[in-house]
Amino acid sequence: MTAALELDRLSVHFYNGRHDIAAVREASLSIAAGTSFGLFGPSGCGKSTVLRVVAGIELGWSGQVAAFGTPYRAGQKPQGRLRRDVQMVFQDPYASLHPRHSIRRTLEEPLIVNGIADARRVAAEALAAVGLPPDIAPRTPNALSGGQRQRVAIARALLLKPRLLLLDEPTSALDMSVQAEILNLLMDLKAAYGMTLLLVSHDRDVIAHVCDSAARMRAGLIEAILDRPALAAV
Amino acid sequence: MAEPLIEVDGLTVRFPTADGGWSTVVDGVRFAAGYERLAIVGESGSGKSLTARAILGLVPAPGQVTAERLHLAGRDLRNLTPSAWERVRGAEIGLVLQDPRFALNPLHRVGRQVEEALVLHTSLGRAERRERALDMLDAVGLERPRDVYHLFPGQLSGGMGQRVMIAAMLVARPKLLIADEPTSALDENLRRQILQLIADLAERHHMGLILISHDLQQVADFADEVIVMFRGRIVDRRGARDLAHSSNPYTAMLWNCRPSAATYGTRLPTLAAAEREALDDRGA
Ligand SMILES: Nc1ncnc2c1ncn2[C@@H]1O[C@H](COP(=O)(O)OP(=O)(O)OP(=O)(O)O)[C@@H](O)[C@H]1O
Ligand SMILES: Nc1ncnc2c1ncn2[C@@H]1O[C@H](COP(=O)(O)OP(=O)(O)OP(=O)(O)O)[C@@H](O)[C@H]1O
Ligand SMILES: [Mg+2]
Ligand SMILES: [Mg+2]
Repeated sequence: MTAALELDRLSVHFYNGRHDIAAVREASLSIAAGTSFGLFGPSGCGKSTVLRVVAGIELGWSGQVAAFGTPYRAGQKPQGRLRRDVQMVFQDPYASLHPRHSIRRTLEEPLIVNGIADARRVAAEALAAVGLPPDIAPRTPNALSGGQRQRVAIARALLLKPRLLLLDEPTSALDMSVQAEILNLLMDLKAAYGMTLLLVSHDRDVIAHVCDSAARMRAGLIEAILDRPALAAV
Repeated sequence: MAEPLIEVDGLTVRFPTADGGWSTVVDGVRFAAGYERLAIVGESGSGKSLTARAILGLVPAPGQVTAERLHLAGRDLRNLTPSAWERVRGAEIGLVLQDPRFALNPLHRVGRQVEEALVLHTSLGRAERRERALDMLDAVGLERPRDVYHLFPGQLSGGMGQRVMIAAMLVARPKLLIADEPTSALDENLRRQILQLIADLAERHHMGLILISHDLQQVADFADEVIVMFRGRIVDRRGARDLAHSSNPYTAMLWNCRPSAATYGTRLPTLAAAEREALDDRGA
């Protein structure tokens, strides 16, 4: 069986105007399809950068990246099925929500673009699934609370039933009871159609609840891969 | 007892709805705080951030704010002119916004944004401002503060952006600091370091503190008093040390649905719709 994601010696460098920053340094990992994989480590260690490469947003990298057996090409956006199969929930929900588009438009547009029938109903169901009331649909993102924005971003990423879902601190703005609802929803979807999850979280309890295995990063390096017993022990 | 630093009573925020009515999102909130640490917890969308924004006169149009009382250090904030608000914000009340990306100007370097309050509210010279900004960037745990000083917000990681925001507010030494989820993107160690920093500065400069957070453990450790909001209302109010043993069903729920290694492979408990409605009635 092919892995949902394979990274082989992935490296990403940035130049910040003064120094070269090695944000990711020869990171290798493999995630089996249908499992959930965690990524954790100190602030600034390169977690979001890894996810941005896999989402096809960060194009300046070296090494090898493949999702479901299809290799990526450095410098190029992923094409074809991958664009639909891989979706990302950004750490900063504003990044995935157009500031002047209504929530309804934000949710319906990807459905219409992908030729999915009944966009209005599917979008309304997606809102309900993340515990949001229908009356927020006509609003723009700035007229929502922080946690409501985060949930719209999650709803949007789930619309196209991705096979690989990249989650960057998806519940960091949510209270415990809403976080519990979102984590339950993700686990249900994983069970229902074998969705693979790559989850970044600074909350070790969230990682330990969700993940079948995980990687610990530090200063751009993958320091250790933790299996289930190791995750339960920390 | 001395006069409280901040006094809020009957605070209400509402927005017009599509059908011509009003939706009340903060509903008669009342609290007072001196130099103890007050925390606000509660459900996503329950009105925590708008309560903070109302105290700073920052509720966006077409929102409407009313209050029976809204006093900072004995001064009525309800009918301030725009220029009086400018002086209150930053110099007297600092607000660390929930969303650093929204709060930081993408076109200005970090250093300029951290120094902004010093330019507006102090007579410090350039070199001194820079010195204070660098000290504060260091204090919030940013490595190589001199480099970070020159970066644009788009070059920061999520947790770095959050710390820049905190530095920008602390550097002005406001009378009251309201921190809205200030450490939500940070790990355990950094959270503790930053809350300790805030607490130390608060003590040294006699600053009042309101912490908005969804992290109950953090709140129980850090705050003195806690108010719990649900759908615009305060549904529970108690000393932080009693938070874990609250008899209020919503507060108790917030503790019980915590994930952990022990809950792996299981569904977490959640509030059923009927329980939500019951809570809503209780608040009324
Ligand atoms: N566009 C960019 N230009 C320059 N440097 C960048 C850029 N994006 C990220 N960096 C740097 O790369 C490093 C890794 O950033 P990244 O966002 O991947 O960290 P992270 O592990 O997600 O941290 P956090 O937990 O704080 O979100 C940081 O030092 C950051 O400053
Ligand atoms: N401009 C607006 N128009 C209409 N409703 C709004 C507007 N801004 C906020 N609201 C609503 O007001 C309610 C309270 O929002 P607020 O941001 O105070 O919540 P919060 O308690 O901070 O939640 P979170 O923990 O998710 O940040 C939410 O239901 C939100 O949708
Ligand atoms: Mg990040
Ligand atoms: Mg909020």
